[in-house]
Order: sequence, then C-alpha cells, then structure tokens
Amino acid sequence: MPGGALPSPLPDALAAAAIFATDPVGTGVLLRAGPGPARERWLAWLRALWPEEAPLRRVPAGVPDDRLLGGLDLAATLAAGRPVAERGILAACDGGALVLAMSERLPSATAGRIAAAMDAGEVAVQRDGMDLRLPSRFGVVALDEGLAEDEHTPRPIAERLAMHLALAADALPLPAAAAAAAAAGRARLDAVAADAPAVDAVCTVAAALGIASLRAPLQALRVARAAAALAGRDRVEEPDLALAARLVLAPRATRLPPAETAAPDAPADPDPAPAAGERRADGEADPAPLEELLLAAAAAALPAGLLAGLRPGPAPRGARSAAGRAGGARRTLWRGRPAGTRPGPLRGGDRLALVETLRAAAPWQALRRLEAATPARRVIVRREDVRLVRLKAPAQTTTIFAVDASGSAALARLAEAKGAVELLLADCYVRRDTVALIAFRGAAAELVLPPTGSLARARRCLAGLPGGGGTPLAAALDMIAGVADGVARKGRTPVAVLLTDGRANVARDGTPGRARAEQDALDAARRLRAAGLACLLIDTAARPQAAAERLAREMGARYLALPHADAAALSRAVRAGIEAAR
Amino acid sequence: MPYDAAHAARPAALARRAPFPFAAIVGQEEMKRALLIAAVDPSIGGVLVFGDRGTGKSTAVRALAALLPPMKVVQGCAYGCDPAAPAGLCAACSGGGPVRTATVPVPVVDLPLGATEDRVVGALDIERALGEGVKAFEPGLLARAHRGFLYIDEVNLLEDHLVDLLLDVAASGENVVEREGISIRHPARFVLVGSGNPEEGELRPQLLDRFGLSVEVRTPEDLPARIEVVKRRDAYERDAEGFVATWRKAEARLRRQIVAARARLAEVAVGDAVLERAARLCMALGTDGLRGELTLVRAARALAALDGEAVLREAHLRAVAASALRHRLRRNPLDETGSTARIERALGELFGA
Repeated sequence: MPGGALPSPLPDALAAAAIFATDPVGTGVLLRAGPGPARERWLAWLRALWPEEAPLRRVPAGVPDDRLLGGLDLAATLAAGRPVAERGILAACDGGALVLAMSERLPSATAGRIAAAMDAGEVAVQRDGMDLRLPSRFGVVALDEGLAEDEHTPRPIAERLAMHLALAADALPLPAAAAAAAAAGRARLDAVAADAPAVDAVCTVAAALGIASLRAPLQALRVARAAAALAGRDRVEEPDLALAARLVLAPRATRLPPAETAAPDAPADPDPAPAAGERRADGEADPAPLEELLLAAAAAALPAGLLAGLRPGPAPRGARSAAGRAGGARRTLWRGRPAGTRPGPLRGGDRLALVETLRAAAPWQALRRLEAATPARRVIVRREDVRLVRLKAPAQTTTIFAVDASGSAALARLAEAKGAVELLLADCYVRRDTVALIAFRGAAAELVLPPTGSLARARRCLAGLPGGGGTPLAAALDMIAGVADGVARKGRTPVAVLLTDGRANVARDGTPGRARAEQDALDAARRLRAAGLACLLIDTAARPQAAAERLAREMGARYLALPHADAAALSRAVRAGIEAAR
Repeated sequence: MPYDAAHAARPAALARRAPFPFAAIVGQEEMKRALLIAAVDPSIGGVLVFGDRGTGKSTAVRALAALLPPMKVVQGCAYGCDPAAPAGLCAACSGGGPVRTATVPVPVVDLPLGATEDRVVGALDIERALGEGVKAFEPGLLARAHRGFLYIDEVNLLEDHLVDLLLDVAASGENVVEREGISIRHPARFVLVGSGNPEEGELRPQLLDRFGLSVEVRTPEDLPARIEVVKRRDAYERDAEGFVATWRKAEARLRRQIVAARARLAEVAVGDAVLERAARLCMALGTDGLRGELTLVRAARALAALDGEAVLREAHLRAVAASALRHRLRRNPLDETGSTARIERALGELFGA
C-alpha cells in the first residue's frame, strides 16, 4: 500500500468498526492514521460496539516476549516456592482483541509471534521451563502511524488483517453507535451463508486487481458475511460484497482492473471507461454482472497513489513492500539478543535471568533451610545464585550501495557496476549483512531500497534499475550520509560503497552545470569524511578518472578502479572497509 | 510443569479444531510430494518450504501431522524410544529387560519463535528442584520431536542462538545437555520442517544445508484453482468437523499409501544406470559434496515407493531433482529463481526433453 492512501469514506470506516466488532477473529483492521481526534473517535466508536466482557487491549510496539507470550510470575513463584505461570497478553486477550499501537514500529520478531498465534488460535509458550498451549483467539487492530514510504506495519501482520483503512486527519462527526445491531450481528454471524457465485466473484475480482495472496478473497468473504449479519440478512448479497471489495480488495490492489471492466467513476481515471456492455458486444464470454459491480466498488476505493504510481504489467512483487527496516533488530548494550546467562551481581541496567537464578538456587534449598534460623517454606536465594541475561550485540553491518545510473556511466558500464554490486551482495549474504540501495540519475538520488535483510529484494531492485540522465553526485552523497546516520542510530555499522565515474554535472539543487556540481560533490564528500563513514569508491569509468580519485580522497574513501577490479579484489576491498569501520 | 490454575483465569477448555485435511489441499504438488517423501523416509533430512504468503505452507505441515500413521513407543519413555530399534534407545530404555509398548501419534512439534533455550534442549526440572531438592532433567522440545517432525514457521526469523542449538542436533541426531550440573544425552532424530518467506530475510547457509529437500511455493495463478482453494478453505472455516469428515476417506487412502511405501522402501531396486544418471546430474550442476546425490537418490526412491513401483526410474529422479538440489547449487546465493531453471536445463540436456 503506498504511503499516501486516500482516506476511507466515513461510512466505510464506521462499517469496518462494526464488522470488526461482529467478527474480530475473522477480520481485523489496519488503521493508517496519525494520532489525533479522528483516530480516537474511531476507537471510541469501536469500543461502544464492543461486547462489554471481551478484552480490548492496547499493546505497545516494544512489548517484550515475557509479557506477550507469558512467562514465570516472579512474585507468585517466590511466594509459593514453586513455579507459577503468568499469562501473557496474547492469552489474556482470548475472546477479545489487541490494539497494536504504532504498529509500524513493531519488530519483525514480535510480529511473527503475534501472527503465529493468529493462525493457530492459541499461543504456544515454550519459555522459562513452561510448556503450555493456551487458547488465544483474538482480533487485531493495528494503528499504523507510518509517514515515510518504508514505514509500514510488518507484512505478516498486515497480510492477516482483512480491512485496511486510512482516516483523514479532520475529526469525524459520528452517528450514535448501534451497539445493539453489533450484538445482533454477532448472534446471526454463524448462520450467514455465501453462495458459489459470491465466492467466484470475489476470487475473480481479486485476480483482476492483481492480488496474489489467497488470504484476501477469504478475508473479503468473512467481511461480507459479517456485513450481511449486521444488516440482518441470512445470506451474503451485493451490498455486502461491494463493501468487502472496498475495504479488503481495493487497498491490496497492485494493478488497475483491465480497462474494459474498469468502473466509469474511478476517481483518477480521466476518460470515462467504455460502458461494461461493450465487452459483451465483442462476443466474449459474458462477465457476470456481480463481478462488474464488485470491480466498480473496488476501483472507486482504490487509493489515489496507486492510480498515479502503478505501471501496467506484472505486479511489483515486494518492490516497495515489506517493512525493510524491521528486519534489523535494534541493538544496544542493554537491548541485544539474549544469548545465554552469566553469574554476577545485579547492577543497574542488567537484566535478571530469573529462571536461571532459581535453577542455580534450587539444589541448595534443603541445605539452606536447615541453616536458616526460621525454617520458612520459601525459596532462599543468595547472592551467588544470581544469574544475569547475557545480551549479544554483534557488530552488524549495513552496506549502503550507491549506484551511478547516469548517462555518463554509459549503459555497458552500468551493467558492469550492477555485476560488481551483485558480487558484493553475495558477500553480504555470507556475512548476513543488511543492505540498502541508492540510485542516482537525472535530477536527484533515490533510495531504491531502504536497509533490508532480504538480499533477494536488493537483487531484484538492482536488476530493474534504469539508466540515463545527468549525474547528481552531491545529492547521492547527501543521501548516503542520511541513510548512514539512520543505520548508525539503530546500532549498526554503516559502510558505503559508491559506484561512479566521479563526473558530477548536476548540482545539489538539481540544476545542471559541471562546475557547481563538482563543487557541491566535493563539499558533500568532505562532510562524509567528517562523519567518519567507511567508504569505498569504485570507479566505473573505462579508464580511471582523476575526478573520481579526487572525490575518493576528499571522502576519505578507498579507491578502486573497476577495470582492474575482479571479484576477489572487490570483496577484499569491501571487507577491508568494514574492518576499518569497526 | 503443571499450569497453575490460580494464576490463569481460563483453563485450556478450547478443544483444538481438527486440522485442515492434507488431501484437501489444492495444487502445491511439489510441497505435498516433499512432505510425503519425508514421511516415508525420514532420513531424507528435512523439508524447507519457502514462498509467497498465504499459500498454505503451515496448513500443509499441520495437515501432515494428522495424516501420519501412529507409531509404537516404549511406554513411559520421555523420548518416545522405538521398541523395535534397540540401537537408538535412550539411557533409560537401553537398560535391557522386557518393555511395554504403546501406540501414539507421530509427534509434530512446533518450535515457536519466542521459545527459550531451556525449553528447546531441556533443563533442570525447576519444580522438583525447588520442592524436593532433586536434580531431575525435564526434557525439551527436541526430546519430544524424536522420531517425528520439528516444525519451525518463519524459520528465517529464528534467533541465531536457537539456530546454533538446532544445527548440531539436526546433524548428529543426539541432544547433549550440559547445564546446571546436568549432564545428559538423549536421541533426538527428527525431520526438520521449516517454512518462511524469503522477503523476511535470508536463511543462514549452515541451516539451509540441514534441509534435505527445499521446495518453492507460489500462489496458484489460474482462477479455477484459486476459487477452489477459497471454497474449500471457506467450507472448512465454517464447519471444520463436517469438512474433515467429507475428506476422511481420501485421508485414509493417503495414509495407507504412506504405510505401504514405508514397507516397500527397502525393496525398491536402484539400478546402476539410474545412479549414474544422478551422479552425472550432480556433476553437471556442480553441487557441493555427495549429500546432494545421496538425497536425490533417496528422495527418488521414496517417491518410487509412494508410486507403488518396485524399480527406481529416471522419471522419479526428474520429479525430485529440483527439490533435492536447488539449495545446493554453488551459485549466486541471491539467484533463487535461476537455480530451478538451471536444474531444469541440466535435466533436459542429460535426459533429453
């Protein structure tokens, strides 16, 4: 879903709340909106429809595993002298719903755990010596506040949420919540049937909109069924399916429906599409009217950005999709990945490994009870038993590739540069680095791929990179600095690899002119050196260029001329750069 | 450890819904074939299912659990030792003397992403240690998966320290625990089944190597198949029991096929000509080591057994070549589509179109 999604019309947003309240487990809502009165009112509306006894619980994005999944209840365990389990949020929300606050910040590991519980309808707790399966059937509302293009709710969660909404910032005037209707809908839900033509229509429309996942048509059916139940119907009818098409299918569309079946009132379609009847005149198979109706409904709800940004052709598989940055766990001294435990005194900031501490204390309990003055039946823990969580914060590297795709890096050289980057990507794969890809040509530099662990995506982006135009070198260097800064703030080590011939001819502000452009580029290069970023400059020109060498000097970068660089030399140079950065 | 009811508001009253029947899965032939092969010959060494979201990866694995014929175990053994195979018994069972046997379902154990180390490998039984001062070992998930399947969904998101634990056990078939003054080793031979989406991140090469077969799943692209998937899934979600009942016969047939294939497996004749073909294919593709070849032949043999044939034929090799070899090619590790195409090409060149 592109960043600038069109706000959903108010009736649809409210219908989505009612549908979610009717069938929370089967549907789910992804609400893309900034914090503010509109979102608060939508949530208040949902709460008014929500059954009183069911939990509706807000969960912060940084929720740790022991709270999410459950763990050992410290106080109860010590009081009882035997391990006592504590339910996690997922199990506590059984029969209710989670409200994921700032879901775009959800780490992918947390998203994976929530998604697993959504699939299984139960949460598997294999932690702290506990082996439990607890029922955990819950609905999810994800509050996505992402602004930037690459800030998205993790795909495993977004994919499982049927309805995707965007709310306008202005406050909603809300009608009174029909709590009774929602309750009646819940009671009726199981009896509502969807017939075969409805299933066919939903599948056909999903295919026409280029939706690959089969979850979407299933979710659309669930939504239609809940809508029918709310309307007091026993079978799914046209309006229910149309609503489902708007709420479920339209936001997932990756391409426009084929022109001849497009709705005449598609918002960004300037030409009125030919009437649906014309297709029939061609002697083609009759398109079912139900499908046309759904397609029209979905097309009317297509986000504006989609219409503007989509090219015809195959779906942009993952081109702008997953929350690429969520792959990298944030690592600081206190928040690394748990890697076993160690004995030692508990000091500020250290995390007590409770279970391990109890294990260490356990064998001595009989003895200590004998020694103790008061033979109380509880656990006696001594200082030497204390075990601390050992956090491993490995030096993880993010390699930022900046590829000169301008006209001066003539097409053949661009192919070679791509080849060089592929070689380096293979290296990154072995080291399990993350990579980011910047391309610069024409007037500006573009972050083609934000830092991601998926090298397959990096490779796809690279392969599809077009060439031609000017060389906005300064803009590219500025962008490297920006991305490197973001990477460093996440506790990773940035390394930049710049592939260019060094012949800048577009200045920082996008205006052409060699002199200004070169001055700006050198200026930007010095700033990179001041930032202490480890850089490698690969000169892609057929003959090594003085300009490129000078640029490398100003950047404090290693210089390597591509004509002389074979795979081994490239890989050595990058590795040396990484060593230097550590 | 018992679940303390006082601190858990709700008991686990929810009856688990019967899993979606394996026989009712539409399409995805390569994935189904790989899982059936692993069910027939667990020595294949695991199945990796990588592909698009919402293609029923985990559905298939959970369906397999319901499909597998039950197995005999030594009664009361924590590791589910096989009474018929005295060589691989745990310390308790290998003491000699007559044993009672019991019939249990084949374990298909989930390794959830948030699992802690002590639950995976097993650890000191903290309750008995606190209460009785007894040093007892509480087996973990690896013990429970012995002779069955260990399933990791989103395997590429598994934390590195858990991957490290798995690597050694998956290779040796034995879990060695040295912690909290406990020193114990027990058999842990299981079929590792992993699923994931490559867009979430890469799999560590060492872990990739532990999987015998690697299959790619894609969303079906033809409309009738898609409609059929949605219809079946919808029917299942509305009435799981009823849906499972309508597929009971097909499931039973598939189960009999597995049982028959297991019995036939050792008798499938593998001729020198076919072995040579397999070797040529692996040489042409430049796979690392002999493991690829071995897996290729084993998988093809299991497939022949499933097909009810007495002789391993070239067609079987061809059918499993991509699954057995695609993750073993020495290649650009990013080029995941290219590897399948390369295998197809090599097959065409060696065996004719």
